[in-house]
Amino acid sequence: MQLKTANGDVAKLAARGEAPTRGLSEVLGRDTSVAYAFIAPAFFLLLFLVGYPFVLSVWFSLSDARVGETGSFVGVDNFRRLLSSGIFQQTLQNSMVFTAAALTAKTVFGMALALLLFRVARFKRVIRGAVLLPFIVPTALSTLVWWWMFEPLYSVVNWTLKALHVVNRDIPWLSDPYLAMFAVILVNTWRGLPFFAITLLAGLVAIPRELYEAAESDGAGPVGRFWYVTVPLLQPVLAVVILFSTIFTLADFNIVYVLTRGGPMNMTHLFATYSFALGLQSGQIGQGAAVSLFLFPILLGVVFFQLRLVRKAATYE
Amino acid sequence: MSSPARWPRRIRPLFTLYLPVTPFVFFALFPLYFMLVTSLKKNAELYNVAAAPFVIRQGVTFGHYELLSKDTLFWSWFVNSLLVSVAATVISVVLGILAAYSLARLRFLGADSFGVAIFITYLVPPSLLFLPLSTVVNRLGLSDSLWALVVTYPTFLVPFCTWLLMGYFRTVPKEIEECAMLDGCNRFQTLVRILLPVAVPGVICAALFAFTLSWNEFLYSLVFVSPAELKTMTVGVFSELIRGDIYYWGELMAGACLGSLPIVIAYVFFLDYYVSGLTAGAVK
Repeated sequence: MQLKTANGDVAKLAARGEAPTRGLSEVLGRDTSVAYAFIAPAFFLLLFLVGYPFVLSVWFSLSDARVGETGSFVGVDNFRRLLSSGIFQQTLQNSMVFTAAALTAKTVFGMALALLLFRVARFKRVIRGAVLLPFIVPTALSTLVWWWMFEPLYSVVNWTLKALHVVNRDIPWLSDPYLAMFAVILVNTWRGLPFFAITLLAGLVAIPRELYEAAESDGAGPVGRFWYVTVPLLQPVLAVVILFSTIFTLADFNIVYVLTRGGPMNMTHLFATYSFALGLQSGQIGQGAAVSLFLFPILLGVVFFQLRLVRKAATYE
Repeated sequence: MSSPARWPRRIRPLFTLYLPVTPFVFFALFPLYFMLVTSLKKNAELYNVAAAPFVIRQGVTFGHYELLSKDTLFWSWFVNSLLVSVAATVISVVLGILAAYSLARLRFLGADSFGVAIFITYLVPPSLLFLPLSTVVNRLGLSDSLWALVVTYPTFLVPFCTWLLMGYFRTVPKEIEECAMLDGCNRFQTLVRILLPVAVPGVICAALFAFTLSWNEFLYSLVFVSPAELKTMTVGVFSELIRGDIYYWGELMAGACLGSLPIVIAYVFFLDYYVSGLTAGAVK
């Protein structure tokens, strides 16, 4: 983008017959060798530790590599075997359910929370600080306390439900497949909600007040103002947040690994935990790499839409 | 009192605002509160099915913390986490500043592609690459050492720092740098002496996030480092305090509390930086 503008400027100057006297910033901006020297460390780090591993990952997924063995080329055999395996089909289904449910919960409750936080005037810092805390605390450690809260015998959740006479026996939160899925979705929502709320709040703050006043004078009620002013103007922020969260929710490892390890009966395995189980615990690196590569098309899709949003925002400015 | 419109102005927000906010605050804080309560409770009360789990009735104990300090490698893990996080943060912020400066200020062939590459790696989740990366770490002879983490954490920190700082640098006017360059400063001197002092808040923000992300990292640490004494805090507490089917919940929660403490302290002091860093990616 920057290069294009540089050429454009030169073209404009040349057309006006001013080519020899280039602008000051033009001269200062052309430090190609400095630029390459500055980006070199970051570039080589990412080349060797992201680019190369990615190529390696593709190679692994096309080979029968095991721990300590290079393996030989087997074509798309790993992918074919995965797609016909019951556990992988279950993992696919789990990933879709987990991501769809957690994203919906985070979007709906995040929006509600952002709207509330926007109006909070007293104890503003304390309330915002408290709400953001789950996002900051190490996930692996905070998931431990959720595990303890769902512990079969001493679960505080069950204790409360029994004390309130909602149920009269212990609920097997983590050993029932559906409840376990509910639990991991709940913990993911708990951790991710602050990101949604705080980012949407920043988006809300950026909406000019006059628009609400104009809508109000045109007779729009609170619901009308929300649908016709807030939602359309918040749409770009909402899109970025949801896209960003899609990839990191789908790729979640910590919560599922700590809480259920993919169980019971593989009913909560996601790509990351199943890839870990195959690649590291049973040593089938080829299969494991193939599983994690299923994240890649989704990553590309997210990147594509994000970049389009960024470019669109840039042209509006 | 019959219609909401006639509620006194001072009481109304209590019902329409603070009452609905309460469940959100409760939901966010309860697990953390319960973590603390569990870590301070005596075993007799902890494992009494009849006792109310929310409160401590039979006295506070620091026994779990003592046991954690004496019988486990907790403080080694803590120090390991600290070393790795500081090293990875310094590396990533320095590389991030250099890369962000050239993307924000310099014109060069491939700037556009490099920007997109940074953006893509920013979105690559660690769980996509941990298998091949463990092979790379092995070949470099770094597995089972803290260096494995110091080298690999920047793979997700550098893109983040670059992205954040690039946005920040663009908000600083170019003119002050141009003056310095007319006075004979080269690019590096202008960056260090002119731009960085102005961009301190951005750099603090990048450093705080880089430290937090390193401290909280779990997957790479779990995969690349296996000796118990070299584990980082998150992995140590999770994998070393659970032996077979016996769970020492008091010690586990004590470890979780102490492990979260540095981040919570940083958070209390730098709340505004966290908020701005969090929203920087999405709202710009």
